[in-house]
Amino acid sequence: MAVKQYVIKRILTAIPLLLVISFVCFVFINLIPSNPAEVALRVRQVPIITEEAIAEVEAELGLDKPYLVRYGTWLLNCIRGDFGISYVNPSRTVAGELARCLPATLQLAGASLVMVILLSIPIGFLCAVYKDGWFDRVMRGIVFVTTAMPPYWVGLLLMWLVAIKLDLLPTSGNGGWKHMILPAFTVSLSYISTYIRLIRNNMLENMKQDYVLYANVRGLPQKNILVKHILKNSMHTCIVAIGMSIPQLISGTIVVENVFAWPGLGTLCISSIFNRDYPVIQTYVLLIGVLFVVFNLLFDILQTVSDPRMRKESA
Amino acid sequence: MKPVLKVEHLCVELSGKGGLRRLVKDSDFQVYPGECLGILGESGSGKSMTVKAVLGLLDRQFHVSGQAWFEEKDLLQESKEGLRGLRGKEITMVLQNPMTCFDPLYRIGNQMAETFATHTDWDKNEIRRQSLEILDRMHIRGAEEVLEKYPHQLSGGMLQRIMIGLAVALKPKLLIADEPTTAIDAITQQEILEAFLEIKNRHQTAMIFITHDLGAISRVADRVVVMNQGEIVDQGDFNHILHHAQDDYTRLLIEKRNAVMERYQRVLGGAV
Amino acid sequence: MLHRFLKNKTAVGTVALVLFVALLGIFAPLIAPNDPYKTDIINKFASPSLQYPFGTDNLGRCLLSRMLYGIRPTLGLAVLTMLGTIGLGALMGLLAGYFRGILEEIIMRVVDVMLSFPSQVMVFAVVALLGINVQNVILANVFIKWAWYARMIRTGVMQYRDCNFVRFSRCIGTPERFILVRHLIPSIAADLAVLSSLDVGWAIINISTLSFLGLGVQAPTPEWGAMLNEAKNVLTSNPSQMLIPGIAIVVLVSAFNLMGDALRDVLDPKEAVK
Repeated sequence: MAVKQYVIKRILTAIPLLLVISFVCFVFINLIPSNPAEVALRVRQVPIITEEAIAEVEAELGLDKPYLVRYGTWLLNCIRGDFGISYVNPSRTVAGELARCLPATLQLAGASLVMVILLSIPIGFLCAVYKDGWFDRVMRGIVFVTTAMPPYWVGLLLMWLVAIKLDLLPTSGNGGWKHMILPAFTVSLSYISTYIRLIRNNMLENMKQDYVLYANVRGLPQKNILVKHILKNSMHTCIVAIGMSIPQLISGTIVVENVFAWPGLGTLCISSIFNRDYPVIQTYVLLIGVLFVVFNLLFDILQTVSDPRMRKESA
Repeated sequence: MKPVLKVEHLCVELSGKGGLRRLVKDSDFQVYPGECLGILGESGSGKSMTVKAVLGLLDRQFHVSGQAWFEEKDLLQESKEGLRGLRGKEITMVLQNPMTCFDPLYRIGNQMAETFATHTDWDKNEIRRQSLEILDRMHIRGAEEVLEKYPHQLSGGMLQRIMIGLAVALKPKLLIADEPTTAIDAITQQEILEAFLEIKNRHQTAMIFITHDLGAISRVADRVVVMNQGEIVDQGDFNHILHHAQDDYTRLLIEKRNAVMERYQRVLGGAV
Repeated sequence: MLHRFLKNKTAVGTVALVLFVALLGIFAPLIAPNDPYKTDIINKFASPSLQYPFGTDNLGRCLLSRMLYGIRPTLGLAVLTMLGTIGLGALMGLLAGYFRGILEEIIMRVVDVMLSFPSQVMVFAVVALLGINVQNVILANVFIKWAWYARMIRTGVMQYRDCNFVRFSRCIGTPERFILVRHLIPSIAADLAVLSSLDVGWAIINISTLSFLGLGVQAPTPEWGAMLNEAKNVLTSNPSQMLIPGIAIVVLVSAFNLMGDALRDVLDPKEAVK
């Protein structure tokens, strides 16, 4: 019961935040230095922009109504899944554009997430177990260097080394799992480094705890202490951290998608910036903002529900 | 009589940034069967360090030298895994902070069971039966429910008693209690001391009782070792220490206590 | 303080490296062997030679000269961003932490909202909104990062605000403004120094990323990210054009990261006791 109350309370507190985010996104499109209607005309390459043409487009885009009314209509439309029409290509809806690109980005982000989990947890674990051993030192060096590497350069480097020099994997585009490896690894690299460090330090912190000493006092096998007790306690913190970084992972695909010509949201977003296709950018920002809130909420609740101590506090 | 544990020339050194630091210096002591040896000293005097060194519980940056004979075996020469097999079965230990000694993510029953599963070949039912019996013997009510509880749901005194129960469950040859009464409130301290006295009287287990509390040590210990700054400065039975302390530091400890006791008795009205 | 700084080899080394790089950038016109903009199509993709120590790029421009000139926008813009962020963040944080009340409420709510957006997306959004050019890239970076500083500085101020020495100053009638400048800023300077040196590294990566995507410093200007953008198209034929600026970025960012860690050791009073 108490858990349910906590969950409801937590969801309710997320709603104002979602409203603020949506409002910021709405204001965003109204802050464009030039009149959106004019921009729309220009990108459609209308040769002569007249007052009437502007008024016509304003009516078409619903720009002539008062501010808050427009926010209300816009928000309702968003909830219904109608994010407006693309400025660049009026025959296409923003929702349609996003729907076209979203699966590729989700694939990439999903693959990256799998890589982050599969690589960072075992490596972080080994680093903690063999602290100051050769493995730990080498990994610490790699982690240090990778945090200073810009992702797009990592992408170029991998493309050159793996795809061109060694000719192991395709360089770019989307077509099967082989195409996914390099971009996914590029996206995940900085997260892998972050989480190796997080898991390592968290485990080392846990090793100093009394419960580990007591487990040793009771003569439990080393393997049990490491896996059942220390790793599980660390995973608790780390899984939540990894989960909360999923939206960042998705937004991190922007750069990498452009390096590898991956036909996802990132590529769409950058080309929209060049084309000044504001509704698309607006919706993209809104989407990421909402994902951010939702994943934070989700993993916050998950953490509470899965930790026996937290369960008591909410009781 | 042959001692259960005979420690000779035990030294512990820590190599850190400021070079080598000696934390325990050339310590000798023995514990005989059925005897309770008290180790007395201030915090930081190296009492805990001494027993942890003997049991191989210190990190790699500590260097331990000397001998610690336990049943024909030198514990300091024993392999890590060998010591692991002894700990929890032949030599058990009760620690200072019961609230933090159990893994917060597992139920008490699970953590008791893993101890038994490590050292015995009991099946599930037998483990459960024994766990319940321990809780019963330690006067914990609602044993069935306690097994299903998480550590944070129990009080410090209860957890401490569970720890003691686990420590005696497998009939160890030596039980080490490392400041078992320090982190709990005064009333519970009495109960915990009673529990140790009961163990001593009933099981005849050899015990090392580490504390900085003269009162506690006077009740349980047969013989006392006083440690100061990593060195053993005095040894003998409690009365000997009380009246004929050789060492300045020991005398200081006792004087302080006597001063407090006198004051206490005066407040109570002088009745002794 | 200076003594402890000089004893810390990492701190001295990284600061020296950064200063050296900065000097190379400042004196680029004197050091650079060639004009960074001069194209020499006949000698494109040239391998290292006396005339072109690092070889040439796809338009036959001297890579070394472009690297040296590239320090100016790369390092310069990052430092500028950092100063802007600290300026805005410190101002907001000090206002919120010192004067409290409604002002604090408003600032901190704005900070909360800022922090609930993923920063990377916000940069793109701001650049998209303001238009593609260098000033806007800096504005965008300042805009998304100031909230972190504001929160940190506010916490710092709150801690020091009720310290006895600040209370004492208030008692003897020192004007508020004077207290603010004289006591609080030195107290949080250590935290600021660490955070800002880590942040320059972050800004270098971020600005070069935008330039790489064509949203920041534009093509002919020799900025490391923009150079990498050009290098991307000739990845197969001339990989060294991609390697050199990339390695330079990694070295410079690593230096700033190390500097941050070293400064933390130097400035942390607790470390001094050891």
